[in-house]
Amino acid sequence: MDKAEKTALVLAVGFLGFFASLLVYAAKVLNIDVPTCITDVKPFTEGKVIQHAPNRYEIHYLAKMWYFEPADVEIPAGSVVDIYLTSGDVIHGFQIDGTNVNLMAIPGTVAYARYKFDKPGVYHIVCHEYCGIGHQDMATKIVVK
Amino acid sequence: MKVDKTIRNIIVAEIVFPILFLVFGIYHGLMQVLYRAGVIKDMSVGGIEYYQGLTLHGVINAIVFTTIIIVALGNIVFLYYLKKPLRPAVQWLSLILMFGGTLMAAWAMFTGKANVLYTFYPPLIAHWSFYLGAALLIIGSIVPLFFDWLPNYILWKRENPGQKVPFAVYGMLINHIMWVIMVVPVVIEVLFQLLPLSLGLVQEINPSLARTLFWAFGHPVVYFWLLPAYVMLYTVLPKIVTGDGKLYSDGAARFVFILFLIFSFPVGLHHQFTEPGITNNYKLIHALFTFGVAVPSMITAFTVAASLEYSIKSKYPEVRNSLFYWWTKIPYISLEGNKWLVSYFMAGLFLFFVGGITGIVNASYNMNQVVHNTSFVPGHFHTTVGGLVTLVFLGMSLFFLSQLTGKEIRFKGLAVLAPWLWWQGMLIFEYAMSIAGFHGFPRRTNTGISYLNPESPIYRPEWVGYAELSVFAGVLIVVGFIFWAVSFFGTLLSPATKEAELEVPTAEPYHDEKMPALQKLTPWVVFSSLLFLVSYIPALYDVTKRGVFFDSPGYNDKSPAPITKPQSAKDEKKEMAEVIK
Repeated sequence: MDKAEKTALVLAVGFLGFFASLLVYAAKVLNIDVPTCITDVKPFTEGKVIQHAPNRYEIHYLAKMWYFEPADVEIPAGSVVDIYLTSGDVIHGFQIDGTNVNLMAIPGTVAYARYKFDKPGVYHIVCHEYCGIGHQDMATKIVVK
Repeated sequence: MKVDKTIRNIIVAEIVFPILFLVFGIYHGLMQVLYRAGVIKDMSVGGIEYYQGLTLHGVINAIVFTTIIIVALGNIVFLYYLKKPLRPAVQWLSLILMFGGTLMAAWAMFTGKANVLYTFYPPLIAHWSFYLGAALLIIGSIVPLFFDWLPNYILWKRENPGQKVPFAVYGMLINHIMWVIMVVPVVIEVLFQLLPLSLGLVQEINPSLARTLFWAFGHPVVYFWLLPAYVMLYTVLPKIVTGDGKLYSDGAARFVFILFLIFSFPVGLHHQFTEPGITNNYKLIHALFTFGVAVPSMITAFTVAASLEYSIKSKYPEVRNSLFYWWTKIPYISLEGNKWLVSYFMAGLFLFFVGGITGIVNASYNMNQVVHNTSFVPGHFHTTVGGLVTLVFLGMSLFFLSQLTGKEIRFKGLAVLAPWLWWQGMLIFEYAMSIAGFHGFPRRTNTGISYLNPESPIYRPEWVGYAELSVFAGVLIVVGFIFWAVSFFGTLLSPATKEAELEVPTAEPYHDEKMPALQKLTPWVVFSSLLFLVSYIPALYDVTKRGVFFDSPGYNDKSPAPITKPQSAKDEKKEMAEVIK
């Protein structure tokens, strides 16, 4: 190994180490984390919105070929929402545009994410995993007032 | 060297056959951008549905084309460098399995019985012939390693004790050994989960387990595509760029391949960051390993650039002291001798530069939530496998076709322009898809009839511009491909003018260290297989025992009603009945 090679290697590993420490910091300190394995909520067969307090919601999303249940949801700005997601048939995707909520709906499992909707507006949700012939029409929204 | 006629014909067939399919694959690529932008506002064109076309595009381009061409390149490398004849019986068996499997899967795809995309995630289920065909293709691609290349390699080692095996052989051998290791999970998935379900032998499947097994194969497979291109970058490119260039460091090149052997496997969970059922800390470990597998590509970036610099500077003394100016002496567009091939390598490398950066973004754990399943992802892999890998394969196919058939390359001018059109198209495509991805533009979606249709209630005007830009890019790419195809088929159909002779341009090493620890492969293979297994035990526990509550029946793409009987629902009813009693 010559000097230039060593420099290149140190630079490459240094950059990657820097990136890795930032993402670990974001995950462990800022709590910006990916979905994990949850076992306290069992897969459900109907979607619903549960209001626990004025600004505290729980939404159970059921993804089916080719719609989401519940359909459009309305909540006040500043609400903290616990989102649970499962599928009633095949694998579906679930992304709330403009947020970091990006989940997969896999039958037999429940995905979970929490999000605080500060800004009023329309939050579009699309199914972004291929789920058959009607996939391109599978969308819903959350309206934040 | 002279090549036995049967072997020659087999290798030529292994180049031409997947390329005939690739024509369909590229056609459906163009159709994708037209559908997605709403230029075509329909579910199907010419009897092929959007998702059926997407399945064809993915399976043909990423599985059929790559796998068969890589076997052809393997045959060429082992034959040329070890100077030992290949066995016709083995080669015939491999060819029949691969071609037969491809035709079987193609039948299912073209008749619409397998609209499941190239990842075939259950519980969407295809016709059994799709899975069996894919399995035969994979098995056929493994046959030459065990019955032709390894025996020749062992013989060569015995005849040349203490000598390093030629680098190209070393690289190809590691690549195909990796292939054998990585197909184990997908073969388990296909044989024990998907085939039984599609044949109706079982009624249910665990989709999370299937996805985990799939991605234990689905990530390393991108390195199976990439490494043959790397072998060519290390051996062929430095040689042809000036006619007599050198590889900067043989030791660094071998070290890169060992790093790939170790780090390619324990990384598959980075495809599953956003899915439930797997504990996030296991995903984090795989994210860090994925950063590890970026290191060999960064070393490659250094070695290839250093080889280019050395080769250029030894030919042009006037740029010897320049830091940047030597880049202008690279023959980007040259018809002289073999230099036309340089444009394929350079266009591919420029695309791979972008692909590497977007790949690190994808691997970045929590950042993946911004881009997962958006058009950012196809943007990324069209600059890696659709960029460097495809361009190197297209260039080398044309090169070896000419050698193995003894035909002069026709329409060389078109052949030298093709990669640059392809490059420009892919760059624009990648830009449009990446930025649209940040705005949530989904992948794998026939957006033209819904999100990009002004009459639809779910119209999303913010995506229109990017989709239209990708149409422009798609047209450029296809024109590039047509340029290449005219040259390829023009060469294939022209009469032979010289004797068929195989001559792989090979750069000698400039630095040539011994590095004995890297020459024995067995310990590395054992270590990497063990690491693979260990890295997957926690995730497999999660998706079989902890995170998945019940299995699912199979579905087809046309109906929300299951096609197999949901057993668990029945069991639940039984349990309920018992509870009531």
